[in-house]
Amino acid sequence: MPRALSITTHNASLGEAPLTPEWHSRTVASETAAHKMSFTAVPTASNSYQLNDSNEVQPLHSLPPPFTTTSSPGQTSSTKLIRQGAEALLYYTHFLSPSLPCALKYRPPKSYRHPILDKRLTRARILAEARVLVRCKREGVSVPAVLGAGWEEGWIAIEWVNGSTVRDAIFGRKTWRQENQASYEGGEKDLVGLMHKIGCAVGKLHQVGVIHGDLTTSNLMLRPTVSGAEGGEEPSATSAATPFDGTITLIDFGLAAQSSQEEDRAVDLYVLERAFGSTHPEVEHLFPEVLKAYGESYKGAKVVLRKLEDVRMRGRKKSMIG
Amino acid sequence: METILLPHLGQYPLQVGLFLDVQNARYLRQQLLDGNTEFEYAFLDAAVLLSREHVLAACFRAINDILQGRMKSKNVHSEIVFSLSPNNNISECFRRFGVGETTKNIVAIKVDNNASQIQEHLQNHVQGQIVPFTDETLASLRDEARVRKAYKVDSSSNEEAEAFIIGSMALKGS
Repeated sequence: MPRALSITTHNASLGEAPLTPEWHSRTVASETAAHKMSFTAVPTASNSYQLNDSNEVQPLHSLPPPFTTTSSPGQTSSTKLIRQGAEALLYYTHFLSPSLPCALKYRPPKSYRHPILDKRLTRARILAEARVLVRCKREGVSVPAVLGAGWEEGWIAIEWVNGSTVRDAIFGRKTWRQENQASYEGGEKDLVGLMHKIGCAVGKLHQVGVIHGDLTTSNLMLRPTVSGAEGGEEPSATSAATPFDGTITLIDFGLAAQSSQEEDRAVDLYVLERAFGSTHPEVEHLFPEVLKAYGESYKGAKVVLRKLEDVRMRGRKKSMIG
Repeated sequence: METILLPHLGQYPLQVGLFLDVQNARYLRQQLLDGNTEFEYAFLDAAVLLSREHVLAACFRAINDILQGRMKSKNVHSEIVFSLSPNNNISECFRRFGVGETTKNIVAIKVDNNASQIQEHLQNHVQGQIVPFTDETLASLRDEARVRKAYKVDSSSNEEAEAFIIGSMALKGS
């Protein structure tokens, strides 16, 4: 479960480093060094968390610069922690413009690792994720865009995806149907449609040579279609809406790899199949629809489906070591 | 002219102006080549800019890199031009994205907070019509062929391509 840490950023309060006086004199002054460096390193805001009465509340992690700095007066860009995993912290913030929401993924240093190794691993993982996302964008796979990355500091800024996860959409299907009785027809047609979309999305991803590595229904988002109703949850009885409208967008490429091997693709599908079975046992019988759509999504998919049968027999690990 | 505050880098306000039909691009370029300290601007060729987001991504990267001690060129303004490029070739990047002798439409950026003084200086020295810096105007000034060439993409007019381009800029030098 994500731990909810409340973070207070002092907004309009004492700006720690507003335009320093040097800024002005240096930019105007004609010293030779003037155009070389008119920047002073911003002091890192050490207390971006506020201490409570019991003075034992210590921030577990503080964000790397420039996200540590307090915002300047008049600017409201708060940064909220929304998820914490074993490897990374996920924040909601804004990037480039106050109207552009983004997900900031930060991999804090792990103190139990040697600092040099730690830096190397963090750097490699940040870059692997960013490169896969950029590659998917080039190939037209529906993934969030990379807006910025700091591989030395361990952060990556990713476009914010609106909408709900497939997991929540399936969980919310019953409620949705109760609220939208008029459009309730056709048995499990909506679910079959969803499965089809998932199969196509995963097929497209594999086609461009990317393995997700952690396919679960929480890592599949339903992004509302832009032309349609904003917000996605407009109870309209007229259209043939389903609780699963929207485009399937894949998120969290933290374990992704670039590979075109049938084995890796089959394992990717197997992980999804198992995740489906344990998270949504009531709709597990429809999972073959995912595979059916996958099988038709690209050349070579059929071979992967055959491989999947081997993987099912033996499990995810091919080598019996480790 | 517009003052833009980047989230998280609000201490470094950007003064941005979009000038149309600039008559003295050659003169502006010469000031940069001469290292005239009164012309410390990032002058960008609007033909190769996709959107505000595209430009601001370059500004963010430039300022952040300098704060982290990773400056590759000689000042923040040249660093902004450099950040637009998908590769590490500085002279090529100035040729592609900076002001050239025949550049018609220019985006001028200065990292400073003295809005009125900068506006006055630019209006005195850039012979062109200043218009609001909007996505629509940038789209109308774009030279598709040059963008495709600069970023090695098949198309530059869709959102996917723009996301790919911004991602490539963010990953440059990795």
